[in-house]
Amino acid sequence: MTTFIATVEHLVKGPVWGCQDCGQCVLHSTGMTCPMNCPKTLRNGPCGGVRENGNCEVKPEMQCVWLKAYDRTENWPLPKTWKAEYNHLRPPVDNRLKGTSSWKNFFTKRDRWTPAGWAKSTDEAGH
Amino acid sequence: MSTLEHKLTNTTEMVFTAEFHSLDGNGLEKAKKYADRFQGWFDGVNATDNTAAHAHASNVATAIAIKQLGLEPIMQIVCRDKNRLAQQADIMGASMFGVENFVALTGDDVTAGDEPEARRVFDLDGPQLVRLMSTLKHGEYMSGRKIDPAPQMFIGAVENPAAPPFEYRVERVAKKYAAGAKFLQLQICYHQDRLEKFCAGVKSAGLAGKIAIIPTVVLVKGPRPLHFMHNSVPGIDVPEDQIARVEKAADPSEAAYLQTLEFARHALDQPGVRGLHITDFRNDETLERLMSDLGRVRQAVTT
Repeated sequence: MTTFIATVEHLVKGPVWGCQDCGQCVLHSTGMTCPMNCPKTLRNGPCGGVRENGNCEVKPEMQCVWLKAYDRTENWPLPKTWKAEYNHLRPPVDNRLKGTSSWKNFFTKRDRWTPAGWAKSTDEAGH
Repeated sequence: MSTLEHKLTNTTEMVFTAEFHSLDGNGLEKAKKYADRFQGWFDGVNATDNTAAHAHASNVATAIAIKQLGLEPIMQIVCRDKNRLAQQADIMGASMFGVENFVALTGDDVTAGDEPEARRVFDLDGPQLVRLMSTLKHGEYMSGRKIDPAPQMFIGAVENPAAPPFEYRVERVAKKYAAGAKFLQLQICYHQDRLEKFCAGVKSAGLAGKIAIIPTVVLVKGPRPLHFMHNSVPGIDVPEDQIARVEKAADPSEAAYLQTLEFARHALDQPGVRGLHITDFRNDETLERLMSDLGRVRQAVTT
């Protein structure tokens, strides 16, 4: 059953969003733009290597994933709660979830688990 | 508390930092030569971490060498080469030797270097690495395992005010501040209008004074490095007129120096700016000249 859900999810999200099967989907908070398509798999915004034309440092022919995410967040008719999450600090990827269904992980709340040291820090961690 | 932290936290003085040269063969001997040039001028010196994705002596070893040579190290850590376990180990290892200032960077991609076939890591991204540093500073590893006593750390990050999306760069500053960054070294920026907007944005976000902004200027000898940065370093755009003013000058070397001085003065005038970071590609007397022209007096070396 678990494999079946993961297969269906990938069949839907692969062609539409370029899903990379990280198992902890954050599409809704990134303007429906999969950050795992960033060659550096950055989950928290663009690096400093974005080219003058807005394209990627690593793949000069591709628009920066985060420029696309920013543009969509600003301009697409997405729910306000999703837009508000754009600037949230997304936690490090849990590599154990690779290849599993993020739908299942969402409903079981498995995708919200973070290591104790991360979870304990407040939003104003260093201050 | 590091001297850099003291100055940025308890005084209103401008701080000056510099980029230490990458070390390869004869590293320690060369480190001494480089350190001698910096002695007395700088509040902190960056130990780089495989700059532009080229392997060199490690950031940890370089930071310790800088410390032992009587300068204050600022240890850069990029996300490209190591996972979170190794990053924590490097911070704790450097901390054993008294390194206190740390800067989190995403890092250039492996394709920018001379070993583009290498595996890129990026287990964490820049803001996540800042938060990880905060966790260590508060006495825990990422797992929650205790560290007693907690390492002394002064945490910084970087940002590029000149790369798109410009309006979003300030929001990234806010994110890095919330994650624990107290100072921000900026990428080289040849667009004064972009730096102005960035600093004004940081101010209107209420972050001026909370996170110390330290723009970067670079000392170059002529137009070639400007062309190189413009054509080969993603994220750095050098406007044509800035290249032309050096290229067409009767004395390109002098014109390049005066350009750097002008950018330095302009940067120091921006709101929220607490100092300047200097990258020296010239290796000549203009480093001292620049510091003197900016009103700095060389401090007596105490070591």
